[in-house]
Amino acid sequence: MTTQEKITFNVEEIRKQFPALHREVYGKPLIYFDNGATSQKPQIVIDTINRYYTSENANIHRGVHFLSQQATDAYEEARRIVQRFIHAQHEHEVIFTKGTTDGINLVASCFGELLTAGDEVIISGMEHHSNIVPWQMLCERKKLKLKVIPVLDNGELDLEAFEQLLSEATKLVAVTHISNTLGTINPVKWIIDKAHTAGAKVLIDGAQSIQHMPINVQELDCDFYVFSSHKVFGPTGTGVLYGKEAILNEMPPYQGGGDMIAKVTFEKTTYNELPFKFEAGTPHIIGGIATGTALHYLSSLDQEAIHGHETDLLNFTQERLLETEGVRIIGTAREKTSVVSFIVDGIHPFDIGTLLDKQGIAVRTGHHCTQPLMDRFGIPGTVRTSFAFYNTKAEVEVFLKALNRSIGMLR
Amino acid sequence: MTIEEKQQEIIDDFAIYDDWMDKYEYIIELGKDLPLIEESKKTDDRLIEGCQSRVWVASEFNNGKMHFTADSDAIITKGIIALLIRVLDGETPENIAKTDLHFIPAIGLQEHLSPTRANGLLSMVKRLKIAALEVLK
Ligand SMILES: Cc1ncc(COP(=O)(O)O)c(C=O)c1O
Repeated sequence: MTTQEKITFNVEEIRKQFPALHREVYGKPLIYFDNGATSQKPQIVIDTINRYYTSENANIHRGVHFLSQQATDAYEEARRIVQRFIHAQHEHEVIFTKGTTDGINLVASCFGELLTAGDEVIISGMEHHSNIVPWQMLCERKKLKLKVIPVLDNGELDLEAFEQLLSEATKLVAVTHISNTLGTINPVKWIIDKAHTAGAKVLIDGAQSIQHMPINVQELDCDFYVFSSHKVFGPTGTGVLYGKEAILNEMPPYQGGGDMIAKVTFEKTTYNELPFKFEAGTPHIIGGIATGTALHYLSSLDQEAIHGHETDLLNFTQERLLETEGVRIIGTAREKTSVVSFIVDGIHPFDIGTLLDKQGIAVRTGHHCTQPLMDRFGIPGTVRTSFAFYNTKAEVEVFLKALNRSIGMLR
Repeated sequence: MTIEEKQQEIIDDFAIYDDWMDKYEYIIELGKDLPLIEESKKTDDRLIEGCQSRVWVASEFNNGKMHFTADSDAIITKGIIALLIRVLDGETPENIAKTDLHFIPAIGLQEHLSPTRANGLLSMVKRLKIAALEVLK
């Protein structure tokens, strides 16, 4: 990274783009450290949403009129922006969904249809509930076996154990790219290669990676990659499922309805081609369009500088937290990003979260939808700070002061 | 003191503080003073499984009056349940069942009342009222 590139990343300039960062809560300036749950939105995304409903609203893929054509073009252009952002080979490999959860459920339902009793699915011990429960439901329905890659004490996956779990019976491996609770970056490329050698397909839960690192689904060679727009500066209610063309073509459709059909008669209905086969009904049109805006915005920024800034924030926070008496960081993987989970001796995470909130600091406390992982570490939950590139060291300083004050009150 | 007077007393206590941290300091102190449930009574049927912090509540009916003890693994949750107990302890089941706990929003704790709120104040209120209704059956 050259010094010149560093200068072009000006966090104060970037913060100006995010109006929500400038509000107050309880009379204190908001410090938003809950980006793992959802990100704030840049003005340009808000403007896109506003403009669409103000003057461009129409249904897509069906109208002969001007507005409908314009909306269809914008929606399909957004699909191409996603395609370029994740480096998919074809735009029809990009399926718009409601979010990560929806994408995983789609794969569990439709890819799951291709599986038969005795087949095995492997997940990991650090998965979000939305990458656990759909597989449990599938396994119950189709009499499959669910296997779980254990998590090591430092929050990394036990890769040796993973190799032991892999067999000819393994049909799918579904793992998260980055743990929303621990911040661990999993070696997904390695996992994908091993799984492929065993003949299994791989789904990557990208909910926490899409906003923190460049994604190239062709280089990764993953079969599925899912994410939510709202965690990558876009709107809620929209997400993306990337799937390789050949597999998506093999899978039966998800829901039936308009848009997903080629021809309907009462005797027999034929299905539309990709991606529409998996997009029944009027989609979240503006969600898709604004996802395009968000990804376009993100790619206009200096990626290396962002990465450097986020790494600085992570290291700074971890170092300073460890200087605080009684604090234990949960998740000390060698490769981590933008998430610091911790507990304080003898103090419940909920108490800390409540007092931080009253000082204007938004963190998340609890199990973070990863209850099995909390059980693994034998704790009820953690306090989690999760950063975006618009956070600053100055905010971390305020947070640390507020944390110390909270601990003082609770001891 | 009537239930209404007790509620008013709490509202007056909180009115002294205009800073949120001071209010919570007070709640934490109350939590530390909560009449604790006996360890042997921390059973699953007395557990209110909130999303984050666990709360146990035990009730007793003596000489026409209800008595409550409780505990939680989170001190703020304990403080909040201490407030509830301060208002409802020693009252008749009839009074408890029909009381509108208006002091909660009045002191600004309504955020804890939302159904998905982590500490489940709503579930605690329900639990105390159900205990009273059981006696009335
Ligand atoms: C790793 C991971 N997977 C899945 C999800 C679920 O995402 P959504 O609720 O947007 O569907 C999340 C969100 O918290 C997550 O962090």
